[in-house]
Amino acid sequence: MTPTEYEYLRKFLKDNSGLDLSADKQYLIESRLLPLARKAGLSGIAELVQKLQAGSRQLITDVVEAMTTNETFFFRDKVPFDHFRDTIMPEVIKARAGKRSVRIWCAAGSTGQEPYSLAMCLKEMGAALTGWRVEIIATDLSQEVLEKAKAGVYSQFEVQRGLPIQMLVKYFKQTGETWQINPELRAMIQHRQLNLLHDFSQFGTFDVIFCRNVLIYFDQDTKINIFNRLARQIEPDGFLVLGAAETVVGLTDTFRPIPDRRGLYKPNDPRAAVAKPVLAGAAPRMAVMAGR
Amino acid sequence: MKTCLVVDDSSVVRKIARRILEGLEFEVTEAEDGSKALEICKRQLPDAVLLDWNMPVMDGFEFMGHMRRLPGGDQPKVVFCTTENNVAHIAQALSGGANEYIMKPFDKDIIADKFAEVGLIPVGQAMV
Ligand SMILES: C[S@@+](CC[C@H](N)C(=O)[O-])C[C@H]1O[C@@H](n2cnc3c(N)ncnc32)[C@H](O)[C@@H]1O
Repeated sequence: MTPTEYEYLRKFLKDNSGLDLSADKQYLIESRLLPLARKAGLSGIAELVQKLQAGSRQLITDVVEAMTTNETFFFRDKVPFDHFRDTIMPEVIKARAGKRSVRIWCAAGSTGQEPYSLAMCLKEMGAALTGWRVEIIATDLSQEVLEKAKAGVYSQFEVQRGLPIQMLVKYFKQTGETWQINPELRAMIQHRQLNLLHDFSQFGTFDVIFCRNVLIYFDQDTKINIFNRLARQIEPDGFLVLGAAETVVGLTDTFRPIPDRRGLYKPNDPRAAVAKPVLAGAAPRMAVMAGR
Repeated sequence: MKTCLVVDDSSVVRKIARRILEGLEFEVTEAEDGSKALEICKRQLPDAVLLDWNMPVMDGFEFMGHMRRLPGGDQPKVVFCTTENNVAHIAQALSGGANEYIMKPFDKDIIADKFAEVGLIPVGQAMV
């Protein structure tokens, strides 16, 4: 791969998915895109780049999706789900006792393990939520992972990562070598395609947002921009949950960490953020990104 | 150091399991069938048992029944590790006193996840 081709792909990925590759990730691009190029009948990276420059729609989508990292497990890191059960939901149930409805957004749900883990947590809460309207929206950039999430079918290997055996027996049905999550849990989740670089205000506001292990791939400006827009989609008393290697600290004051609850954040007044100078630089960049 | 008894009639499986468990800082003993495992348990109960189902002489399920009735036999965490991968077997194991269940083939991540699940190792350790 020539340096020019690499630079083109780097910028292409940053503009299309936010993926921020350092200058030395040629091997990563090659390992993911060479098989894709071959499958598309192209001779190699050079021809792939030409096709991308020519604007081949399908190829653009394929390249963007091939470069995403979709790794995920049920109850990943465990602690956030304990917090969800012991801290977040008790507070939400109290605060929404009048309306009896809760909206949860899984902002990079990948193949579904995260939203289904939340659905299982909610099911386990049983009577506390009887008569409640529970909405879980799972979004991801990649159409391929969304299809898998929708089907809710997992391999024997996948159901053994993070999922307690009692939960497997209780919430899944075995078909041959694979396991499918029960229709009742599948019905709790709406799956939607969404690129976090683009406007997401159409999804409305949420009581809880899980946005885990996706912002790590983005550069600072992109993270800040997404945090600031997430702040507008979260109820003033809502919760944001980030991945183990992610934080708002040092990036934005639209959210503040909750002491002793690792990974949990509360929104500050969102109107304060709009006036922040830090947004001024990031806003026009978004306009460019949204023009995909 | 926590102890784990690996019960499997395949010496290859025992060797792989031993390597993984020693990596998770367990002191490992091995038995090739349920009755040999029971003898070991009568002398000293381990903290954990990684247990195959189908074995000659005494199978894993029968072993678990005997072990659970030993004095203190309710203490060890029993993690089945077997090619029996259907719901009926899993349900039977759980109602017979198993704490977790691994469907073969397994790897280090699965063992670490399942051992963390039943509190044998801290959750963080399962992630490395
Ligand atoms: C490593 S997975 C994390 C899955 C899950 N949240 C977890 O923590 O296990 C990251 C996901 O983010 C998605 N993703 C990457 N860039 C994205 C973007 N710009 N917008 C939305 N999703 C994106 C990928 O497709 C992938 O499924």
